[in-house]
Amino acid sequence: MELHARDMVNWFELANEKIKQNKSYLTSLDQPIGDGDHGINMARGYQEAVNRLLAKEYSEPSEVLKDASMALLSKVGGASGPLYGTAFLKMAMAVKGKDYLDLESLSVGVKAALDGLKQRGKSETGEKTMIDVWSPVATYFSNPSSFHSNGLVETARTAMEKTKDTMATKGRASYFKEKSIGHIDPGSASSCYIFEALAEVIGEKE
Amino acid sequence: MKYVGIVLISHSSKLVSGLLEIIRQVIHDVPIEVAGGTDEGEIGTSVEKIVTAIDRANVGNGVLVFYDLGSAMMNAEVALEMIDSNTVKIINAPLVEGAYVAAVESNMGKSLQDVYDAVMKEF
Ligand SMILES: Nc1ncnc2c1ncn2[C@@H]1O[C@H](COP(=O)(O)OP(=O)(O)OP(=O)(O)O)[C@@H](O)[C@H]1O
Ligand SMILES: [Mg+2]
Repeated sequence: MELHARDMVNWFELANEKIKQNKSYLTSLDQPIGDGDHGINMARGYQEAVNRLLAKEYSEPSEVLKDASMALLSKVGGASGPLYGTAFLKMAMAVKGKDYLDLESLSVGVKAALDGLKQRGKSETGEKTMIDVWSPVATYFSNPSSFHSNGLVETARTAMEKTKDTMATKGRASYFKEKSIGHIDPGSASSCYIFEALAEVIGEKE
Repeated sequence: MKYVGIVLISHSSKLVSGLLEIIRQVIHDVPIEVAGGTDEGEIGTSVEKIVTAIDRANVGNGVLVFYDLGSAMMNAEVALEMIDSNTVKIINAPLVEGAYVAAVESNMGKSLQDVYDAVMKEF
């Protein structure tokens, strides 16, 4: 399994499609426990990322990740902008210089992204944020011998569903305290689409 | 005289332009810049606006950065990493009163650290 620069562009294109299709769903998740802009923020940011990626030629996965990160940082407008922006920038730095990514280097990249999210959000797992999806996904990647794209989707979806049962202690939702229980975290839902898209890209090569 | 600059970040451009009006009634010479709303003028924050505001507010004596909520602080941190400056400090203090105190202190010609400490002592 090798992901080249064009596969990375494909990852962002597929994720963009999913986010666009589910824009109003993502926003509806953000209404009861936030400010109702997550779908709008993500759709705007991902479209800009894809526009920039398609306008250039890339030879390295790291360069794709870096440009996507800059687009998300500047265009998202909500907390998910600096969060995803930092995550993809850390991932880019972790795999810099590689011509392609295999499962080992992807694992290193996802772990670096997770650390970036924790640092930027000053948060840990269990706080009802996107970290609750990135963390089990990073763990799933850390064992390449048993990795399968279906397992990646399973892991991300299960983790997203689990955020429904927890109380938010970070981000806008934390102001709702106990009232945040019973709702899926919007950032976990968008992260889930991002990993579903990655699973599709990997799946084509399995 | 050179003063410590101040940057006001908010999800709403109206909020920080209103705050700037309140401060300007009293303090005229301290450089104060606002970074309110997204690039599209919607509710949210923008790293680019924050970077520009910090650059403008820095006349050589450093800048103190105030923010309102959530992504404002994260984007302020991203901006700081981009500028890579050790003469800029983000402060976790009430936006309205904190910025007012900082403007008055800066106007006295105090250093960045002294303005920072004065605000922290107040809240
Ligand atoms: N401190 C944090 N650490 C980790 N993730 C966070 C944090 N704050 C928010 N999030 C994630 O970001 C998502 C919200 O993203 P969104 O784009 O809607 O930002 P927002 O909360 O509206 O931003 P703002 O702070 O500008 O109001 C949440 O669902 C959560 O997953
Ligand atoms: Mg929101």
